[in-house]
Amino acid sequence: MKLEINGEVHELDAEPDMPLLWALRDVLGMTGTKYGCGIAQCGACSVLVDGAVTRSCVLPVGSLEGSKVTTIEAMEADPVGGKVVEAWVRHQVPQCGYCQSGQVMAAVSLLKNTAKPTQEDVRAAMINLCRCGTYNAIHAALSDLAENAGKENA
Amino acid sequence: MMASQHSDAPHSMADETLFAPGTQPVNLSRRRFLLGSAGVASGALVLGFGIPLGASRVQAVDASGGIALDVPAFLEIRPDNTVRFLSPFMEGGQGTFTAMAQLVGEEMDMDPATFVVEAAPAGKVFQIMPGGRRMTGGSSSVRSSYTTMRRLGALARAMLVEAGARKLGVPAASLTTEPGKIVHAASGRSLSYGEVAGGALDLPVPDGAGIALKDPAVFRWIGKPVARLDMRMKSTGKAVYSIDCKVDGMLQAAVQHAPRLGLQPGAIRNEAAIKAMTGVHSVHTLEGAVAVVAPYWWHARQAADALEVDWVEPADPASLRYMPADFGTEAFTKTLASQTGRGEEAEKAGDIDSAFASAAKSFTATYKSQYLHHAQLEPPSTLARFNTDGTLDLWLPNQVPEMFQAIIAGKVGLTPDQVRINSPLLGGFFGRHFHYNDGNPYPHAIALAKATGKPVKVIWSREEEMLRDPLRPMAVVQFRGALDAQGWPLALDVVSATEGPSEGIANKRGKELDDSALEGITGKAYAIPNRRIAQNFVKNAPTLAYWRSVGNSMNDFFYECFLDEMADQGGKDPYALRLKLLEGNERLTTLLKAAVDLSGGWKRGPYTASDGTRRARGLAMASPFGTEAAAVAEVSIKDGEVVVHEVWEALDPGSIVNPAIIAAQANSAIALGLSQVLVEAAEYEDGMPVARNFDAYSILPPDRMAKVSVKIIESGAKMGGIGEPPLPAIPPAVVNAVSTLTGKRVRAMPLSTQSFEA
Repeated sequence: MKLEINGEVHELDAEPDMPLLWALRDVLGMTGTKYGCGIAQCGACSVLVDGAVTRSCVLPVGSLEGSKVTTIEAMEADPVGGKVVEAWVRHQVPQCGYCQSGQVMAAVSLLKNTAKPTQEDVRAAMINLCRCGTYNAIHAALSDLAENAGKENA
Repeated sequence: MMASQHSDAPHSMADETLFAPGTQPVNLSRRRFLLGSAGVASGALVLGFGIPLGASRVQAVDASGGIALDVPAFLEIRPDNTVRFLSPFMEGGQGTFTAMAQLVGEEMDMDPATFVVEAAPAGKVFQIMPGGRRMTGGSSSVRSSYTTMRRLGALARAMLVEAGARKLGVPAASLTTEPGKIVHAASGRSLSYGEVAGGALDLPVPDGAGIALKDPAVFRWIGKPVARLDMRMKSTGKAVYSIDCKVDGMLQAAVQHAPRLGLQPGAIRNEAAIKAMTGVHSVHTLEGAVAVVAPYWWHARQAADALEVDWVEPADPASLRYMPADFGTEAFTKTLASQTGRGEEAEKAGDIDSAFASAAKSFTATYKSQYLHHAQLEPPSTLARFNTDGTLDLWLPNQVPEMFQAIIAGKVGLTPDQVRINSPLLGGFFGRHFHYNDGNPYPHAIALAKATGKPVKVIWSREEEMLRDPLRPMAVVQFRGALDAQGWPLALDVVSATEGPSEGIANKRGKELDDSALEGITGKAYAIPNRRIAQNFVKNAPTLAYWRSVGNSMNDFFYECFLDEMADQGGKDPYALRLKLLEGNERLTTLLKAAVDLSGGWKRGPYTASDGTRRARGLAMASPFGTEAAAVAEVSIKDGEVVVHEVWEALDPGSIVNPAIIAAQANSAIALGLSQVLVEAAEYEDGMPVARNFDAYSILPPDRMAKVSVKIIESGAKMGGIGEPPLPAIPPAVVNAVSTLTGKRVRAMPLSTQSFEA
């Protein structure tokens, strides 16, 4: 099947019921997206499908023909993703880092839909688990991004 | 059994090992370093990386009797004036790689930002902790190596200066350094460290005795909020964990564990059907598990889950850590609570019997804690590869590489130096990656690599992990307190029914009591003149483990909550009571006052907050891992559930290396403390864990995190730890607040199993 990932169409040799997570990690060798639970509970596997944050561990690749998948690997080059990455670095968000690909993807999805999210928007969107407890740093980074939305140097 | 038809040639490991796709900058840079260390990059100062461990080389000898340091084994200085440093300590989020770069960089006169840090392989030269040990745990990395790492940096600087002196043809004494360069002030000439790296290679490591360390007053980086080195790679998906590792020709495996520890696989009823499943390479019977191997892990996992195995009871369960079919945590809690013995004494002061006899008032209370999972977000994995030269490479999460190396060498019949332990970044650890019998996936990976003749990476699914993750112990603790006529504490009698993690891991009792069983009930600083603290040992069925802050993780909860009960019984305020019991202890008095000041002054409540909610505050202290902690928590009740609004914590680690990392670690430990007290419990029914994944095992979600404020006090006392110490005061601070708010003493964790009314 054909699968569009980060703007590039891949010819994917995988059965339709293989979850996108494992197609990315094992078939395509893109290991930035993480396996944490496999049942869409933790969010470590978050990617964007047609712009919406989605948990790739339960998403069969067969359902994605014609969709655009965006992963953490594309974030530095993405206008919103780049800002999120810079905010994550500026606020020293990660600790072990294992959940942070998913956190960054969730933040990018939020900001692409809502450039200036309220605290309530952030709480509703940032629901991925972090065992290191970086939640306050994530909120600080997003407050910073929201405050500076639209500004040149944000 | 060793198949050799695939491309598993005995060439350079570094060259062959592919960490994730090679198209990513981090991997390119990693590869450049590896190639550089093999001498490919011309002019590199290859300070000994790749030297066979144990090879004889001139070692630094400290005349004062300090640890002899094989400086070149740790450092590689690149022509582009960057440094590759092999850390004796693992990075799992606690910031130790950055702290190491600060310590070495400070004395080397090299900006820590120029460091690329990786975990050192297993090897004697890296066992630099006192007693020749090496582990990442016990919040000990920075405090145990503070001077050693500085000496390492100072020795490296001396070598660079000497090389610079030869290159410039001037005496070394005429040279000074600025970050990353050697300066000859007299002639105005300077050389970057990278420029002299090649020359320094041939120099002997100088004698450590002649090397002076910097005056802390002129520190550039130690004590400063230096940015962490791993932030960008961890914000862009480029950080490499064990689960991401990949080598040529690798297969992957998933397992189905025996439902209960001690059972062994018998017949596989559907073996033919499993072997016919998509992608399946082979099916293997292992110790206590059945594995399916496939090129893709998803296929292996689907097949492993579908296995129908006849599990066979052991002939002699008593000889094993065996999980009986009728084990349940509810019944086990009752067993612990029914212990009536006086136990074995761990701490004693005064005369408890006459104190209780003469007391104005005495009372009892029973507390309990729960089993906990580590629940680190990266599921455990191990990649094993037997090389054609007979050596074995392993990529695995671990906190004790030499211990894994020695045990594995013994198991596979190799010498330790034939077993290479590669230690990628840890996707969280919290105690999970010590060596646990039955708790690490490496035996599976090794057995499968042997059986298939190919490198095999085993990943335990989250469900299989929660079946074998060794647990934080639980305890039921009987307290008896006595007050004098003025209502002040006179005597404390504590018996904890528990099995300590150390004796649990060893699966046998030591000659002495297990310190980690009672720490946090023992070792408290309060002046209660008559005390008896004892353990009633009760063996647990589940395997046990160290969990962030170990015994303190639950024991300070018990003690600090009962201390509030003593205050209430004597009509004392809990803050005033603590100050009274700490009279003359300047360090802890200062700390306690600092925590209370940070919270805006002591305000126990209950009171009505500006948003109309009824709230109360609780207070607690702890002395874990060489650091002192005091915390205040503010709570309310919403829909029967406890809400923790804010936590204020003061920490006194004596002295510090990086305040920003300490604040981050405090946030992290506070989150784990909140998680434990609010929502976490690993429960068993019928010999099986009730929860096998995050749908049923709760960990703190983002909307239950509290606002956190941290105050760091540098009292100048001996340096303590940071990763664990902020945790133990949190559960009791929260529970003391809840008890104040509800007017009812709460004596068990987690709070989610209880319902509350304000």
